[in-house]
This record gives sequence, structure tokens and C-alpha cells, in this order.
Amino acid sequence: MKESIHFKLNGKPVRMTVDGERMLLWVLRTDLGVTGPKYGCGEGLCGACTVLVDNEAVLSCQTPVREVSGKEVITIEGLAQNGELYPLQKAFIKHDALQCGFCTPGMILKAYSLLRENPQPTREEIIREMDGNLCRCGSHIRVVEAIQTAAREMKGGREI
Amino acid sequence: MKKGEVTRREFLKRMGILSGGVVVYISVADPFAIAQPLRSTVPTDFNAFLRIGVDGRVTCFTGKIEMGQGIITSLAQMLADELDVPFDSIDMVMGDTDLCPWDRGTWGSMTTRFFGPILREAAAEARAVLMALAAEYLKVPLKRLVAKDGVVFDKGQTAHRVTYAQLTKGNTVERHVKKKPPLKAAAEFTVMGKSFLRKDALDKVTGKATYAGDIRLPGMLYARILRPPAHGAKLKSLDTSGAQRMKDVLVVQDSDLCAVLHKYPDEAEKALTSVKAEFDVPKTTLDDENIFDHLLKVAPEGNIVSQGGMLESGNKLAREIFKETYLNSYVAHAPIETHTAVAKVEKGKATVWASTQSPFGVKEEIAHSLGLPSRNVRVIAPFLGGGFGGKSSSMQAVEAARLAKLTGKPVHVAWTRAEEFFYDTFRPAAVVRITSGIDGSGTIVLWDYDVYFAGSDGADQFYDIPHHKEVSHGHWRSGSGYHPFGTGPWRAPGTNTNTFARESHIDIMASKTGMDPLQFRMNHLRDRKMRIVLQAAAEKFGWIPLKIPSGRGFGVACGIRSGAYVATMAEVEVNKKTGTVVVKRVVCAQDMGLSINPEGAKLQMEGCITMGLGYALTEEIRFKGGEIFDLNFDTYEIPRFSWLPKIETVLIGAEDSPPQGGGEPPIICMGAVIANAIYDAVGVRLFQLPMTAERIKQALNKVKYP
Repeated sequence: MKESIHFKLNGKPVRMTVDGERMLLWVLRTDLGVTGPKYGCGEGLCGACTVLVDNEAVLSCQTPVREVSGKEVITIEGLAQNGELYPLQKAFIKHDALQCGFCTPGMILKAYSLLRENPQPTREEIIREMDGNLCRCGSHIRVVEAIQTAAREMKGGREI
Repeated sequence: MKKGEVTRREFLKRMGILSGGVVVYISVADPFAIAQPLRSTVPTDFNAFLRIGVDGRVTCFTGKIEMGQGIITSLAQMLADELDVPFDSIDMVMGDTDLCPWDRGTWGSMTTRFFGPILREAAAEARAVLMALAAEYLKVPLKRLVAKDGVVFDKGQTAHRVTYAQLTKGNTVERHVKKKPPLKAAAEFTVMGKSFLRKDALDKVTGKATYAGDIRLPGMLYARILRPPAHGAKLKSLDTSGAQRMKDVLVVQDSDLCAVLHKYPDEAEKALTSVKAEFDVPKTTLDDENIFDHLLKVAPEGNIVSQGGMLESGNKLAREIFKETYLNSYVAHAPIETHTAVAKVEKGKATVWASTQSPFGVKEEIAHSLGLPSRNVRVIAPFLGGGFGGKSSSMQAVEAARLAKLTGKPVHVAWTRAEEFFYDTFRPAAVVRITSGIDGSGTIVLWDYDVYFAGSDGADQFYDIPHHKEVSHGHWRSGSGYHPFGTGPWRAPGTNTNTFARESHIDIMASKTGMDPLQFRMNHLRDRKMRIVLQAAAEKFGWIPLKIPSGRGFGVACGIRSGAYVATMAEVEVNKKTGTVVVKRVVCAQDMGLSINPEGAKLQMEGCITMGLGYALTEEIRFKGGEIFDLNFDTYEIPRFSWLPKIETVLIGAEDSPPQGGGEPPIICMGAVIANAIYDAVGVRLFQLPMTAERIKQALNKVKYP
């Protein structure tokens, strides 16, 4: 059933008439042309489709678009502000914490959500929180290091 | 002109440059062919590989693709160094069949070893020509000129200078040198051998990086294709009337291809569920348990990979004989990006963006399928979301092209995760049989080795054994007739299976002699490089020689892949009740010759070690006949953060020897090093990969070697 849905996407208001049952991933990638969130498994098993909804990481392949109505959605495209990379983005570059890069948007947004909840996580906490995000290239140890670096840099620094 | 050939005029025209002469292109007949490219098949004109823009930026053209392995960075380093331009001034154009020189495909850790020298030679010649042009321009003898950062200047008068861009004005460099200039020696490198951050990182952390599935074209439709429930199944009846009644759904049926298309992928998916199809599924009892017996039964006669001495003599010398069989199951590539392609066919020309490791091979396949001349097909491989050998085969690109031709609209085909598992060209199930013998002094005197279906890579061993013979039956690509579904190259094809078998077997003998497994290996090794990597690993790991099983959970394994030598040591913990293994620590030492980008090389080593945990511990495809049971990451478990051991890598400095492969080598030891560590921990030997908790529990119940 088509319905009118509005939400904020990467800082800009979006208003659309859409079947509210459709998954956010497809609405973002297709209707709105925002391709940062990736399809990896379609069943919420890999985390490649992760986006932020009101600053919390959600699996967009499992989230009906209706559920984000009135909320704020941030994808990887919306993380840098005024051309300034977010500390996690900088840390991923600095640590070479990626290879093919397909899981990277999901990794960074999941880590964003983690650091918001827990600004100074231990290594074990990072591993526990990131466990649902799969990376086939095997960049895991650098992802953990990048998150640690970003956490250190944000401490007492920029608000998240 | 033969089909598949393109004149250099046409080639340069497409690049926006016009010139004369001919560049020879050879069409690829076998997209899986892995032999190294013949020098005669790649263009000899350096302009095919690089172009200096009026702004001084340098574009590098390569038919290779970037799938995570990092050549977007290391190739730029090679070009920057030989051409004497800043690393940051280089833009990479990769995997575009219209713009890039022909290439066989990106696999086998061959880019740096074989394409690298070609690119460096092109850059070195371009530099020599630019120097000659500069000498004329500046009216200064050549020997007084120096090139640095894209500028040529007079040694004695540095203000007297000209830039490459001023010399070329964005045009093709017409001049060539008669004698190819030598490549730089290691001592002259300013860019190679130094660590550079990934060139693609910024695009990848901001979402700007484009993958095939991110291409958006006006009027594009998303296709979902009807698939059989099992390999070998035949379509019996088909009713698409439900889908046809759905709004805006297009149904296409063309011989074996039945697809539904819609402007949204999820709507196409819905339409597909309304298609009623019945299939005849062939009856077969073949499954993941009995496959090994089947393979041995149907195995073709083998080819001798290597031999020395006489097995009979070895047999006579042996005091003790060790006879074992090693198995490994089918393993999926499982890149996070599934096979994806976007195609448009307009005015008899097809353009296809595809996640493929073989753009030029796919180009020929599409031309053949669409009945188009090869020159009318352009394949572009944007960033790939992983490949690992699995995207050497790219059926999805042909599907997208066929559907684009049939519908007259641009078509997007992205396999679902289930399709990705179903159509994957798995690492084949394989069997290795070894009969070996040691004499009274604990010296190996006999090695009789047969590998079935893994392939010959890594079957020849490097230990000093007087009487040995290694035979390989079948190949990793021998799909139909042997396997119930497709098989193909999987990161370090053949070598994972062979290394698991060989290095496990070496440990079995070491254990029997009561010798430390590292010492036992050293006793049989004259190969200097292998001794060095083993020593380096042992030093980093803090290996203390002990008789195994020692209860510590330490393992060692070594091997050679793509010219690189690796030695790996691991520490594991085994839960005797549940059979679960925790890999606590992995140390890997590698000699890969000159490492172009040491940090990039270490990233590949870590990736190999992490990925290798999967085939060692959990990854296997369960099936019955042609039906695949593992279709997503719920049952097919790949390594994740919670598995992470502490990983330490050591690169042996070897700047003066040519660079070897780096994308594969450390993965080859992962099966054996963990098997050996498990044995050291709990005294049980695992003969089948993956070493699941279930198999470890079973093994604990019947200990064979004390």
C-alpha cells in the first residue's frame, strides 16, 4: 500500500509516496540513488547494508521504509560534514582498514553507533559489537585498530 | 583484420588521441587459462599504458582490476618510480576494455610479477623519450639532465627546466627509443619499496567508490532470473501469467533464460515468486559425505608433477611407513559483493559494467552470446567487492547483456546471496593420498604422493627426500562429469589442499621420531629461502623445540606459492568437550622478493590469514546431488571479528630480487598450521578440512597417533 513518508536523509528532507513495506535498502539505493549502503545477504546476516537511523546502526535490508518515517537517516555519504571527514573515516584511511571496500560503509556506520553508545570501548567490546559485520578480505584487525584510533581522537574532541 | 583486433588508431581515438600504427590484440579463448601472458600479446607502444595530461597528471591504463588486493596503489608506485613523477599525480584507469591494453585477467598473484615489469618498461621508455625531448627543448646535452617529479632540469642550472606536460602537451608521444632503457635498480627507488596508503581509501570510506551494482542508467530495469532448484535440473513446465499481470513487470523468456524485470529490484523479486515453474531434478545419491569415494572412482590417470630417485628403493630403505589420506570439502568464494552487472545495448553496441576478474574474457563471451563483433562490446570492471578467483567466471555479465538486448533497455543483474552460493565455482572437494617412509635415523626416504582434483600447484614438495614421486589427477577446473556443480580457482588454487596434506604428513612423521617439528623440517631442508622464513617465523613466535604433542597447542607449516615463500606458526586452544578451536595467535614470515608496497603486502598477509581460518575451521558446502544446502551466511560461516587471533607478519627484506606474488601465499598454510597446532594441543590428528567442532570431537574419540 502506497503511503506518504517523510524523513531526513543525510541532512536533507525527503518526502515520497511509496509502499511502506518496502525495505529501506532498496528505497535508498534505487528510488533515491544513494548507493553507499550495499546488498550483501538480504537477510540481515552481513551488515553491508548498515545505515544510521537517529544515530543508531540498523540493517536497512531488514527495515521497512515506513519505520524511518519522521526520523533521520544517515548513510556513508552523509558522514563527512562540510568536506571534513569524520574521525572514523580518517582512521580507516590511516590504518588501511579496508581492501575491497564493499563492507566499509557498514563497518564505519556500525562503529559510529558503537562509539556513540560507548565512547571508549575496550578491544573486546569493539569485537563483540562489530561481530555481525562481515568482511571477506580479512581486514578485521585493522578495523579494530581504526576504531580504537578514532575513539582516542574523539575523546574530549568533536561531539558525535 | 581478425575478429577481436583493434587498430591502434581506433584505440587511441577512443582515448582521445590520434596516431598511426597497429597495436596487436589477441582475443582470449579460455577465460580460465592461467598461463602467464606472452609478451607478444600485449601492446609494445608505451602510450597504451600511460598518458601525460596537459595538467601534468599521469593516467595509467591497465586491463587489471581492483578487487581489494591493492594494485591500484602498487601499480601507481611502479609507474611513478620509473617515470619520475609524483605518486599523487597518477590516476588509474583499470579494467576498461575500450581504454586499457588487453589483459588475460586478474588472478594467481600475477599482476606484480608479470604485468609489473611490462608497466615499468613502458614507463622507463617513456621517461627516456621525454629526456631526449627535453634535451632538444632545453638545448642541453642529455647527460646533464635530471628528471624529478615530472620536471626535467639542467644539473648545473636547476632553473633551466621543462615539465613533462610542456613537452607532450597532452599528446601521444610519437617518438620511441631503439634500445629499451634498463629498469631502475632497487637503490634508485624513491617510491617502490616504501609503504603507501591505499589510493582508493578515500572513495571507499565516503561511499564514492563505484561498484557494478551502483551504476544507474535512465530507464534501467532490475532483473530477477528464474533458477533451477538443483544443478542439472531441467525445466518441465512454466507459468508466468501471474507475473505478466503485475503492473510494470516485464517477463522475458528466451530459450534457457526466463527473467522478470521491474524498475525496482524488490518488485522484480516479488514478481519472480509468482512465477510457477516445475523442474525435473536428476536423481543422484552423491552428497558431501560420499563425494570423496566418488572422486577417487572417477579420477583420471594422473600427470607426474615431479619425481626423483626410485620409490622402490625408498621403500626398501624405510623402517617405518606412514600411509594417510587427506580430504577437503567444497569451499565457496563468498565475496560480500555478489556477481553483478549492468548492461546497455544501443545501436548494435553493448556496454557492460561487471564485477569480473576477466573483463577481456567476458567481452568475448558477450560478443559471442549477442552475435556482435567483439569490437562492439565494451566491458568495464569498476571496483570489485572481492573476487578471490570466483569472479574469473562472470555469467551474470552475459545474462545482463542478453536481457538488455531482449528488452531494449538497460538491465541490472545482481545475484542474490543464494544465487551466489548456487552458481559459485567452488574450490573443489579433493583427496590427497600420501605414503611416506623414514629410515632408522629419522630421515625421510620415501614420498609417494597423489592428489585428486585439487590441481598440481603446491603438489611438488621442497624437502630433501631421495625417493619421491608426486602425481596430480584431474584439475580444479574439471567441473562436469566429476563434480555435481561448477568448480574453479579459489585463492591460491590447489596449493591450500596440497599444503594441508604435505605439512600435516610431515608433522605425523616428526611426531613418530620424537623430533621437534620445526627441527624435523630443518633436517630435511637445504632450500635457503625456506630455512630463512622458518627461522624468521620461529624467532617472532618464540618457538621452543619440543616433542609433539606437547600440550601447548603450537603448530608450524610452510609452503611456496606464486614464487613467495611462507612459514606460519600458530597457537590454538581446543575445548575437549565441545571440540571448538580458538586460534589465539598466528605468526607468518614471507619472502616475496621486492615488496612494492610493504604495508599493502602486510595487509594481504593478514587478509590471507584471517580468510584462511574459514576453510580451516568451518567452511564447507553441504549438498545432495545438484542441490546446495548452504545458501547464506547463517549456515555457511565465514571468519568474523570474534575469531580474530593476534596476527603478526614478518616480511623478509629482499629488495634486490624480483617481486613475487602477494595476494595468496600466506593462506596456503592455514589448514596445516591449525591441524598441527590442534594435534600439539590435544594429540588428535584431523585429516579432513574443515576441522569442525564435530570432526574434532569425533577425532578425540579415536586417537590414532598418540
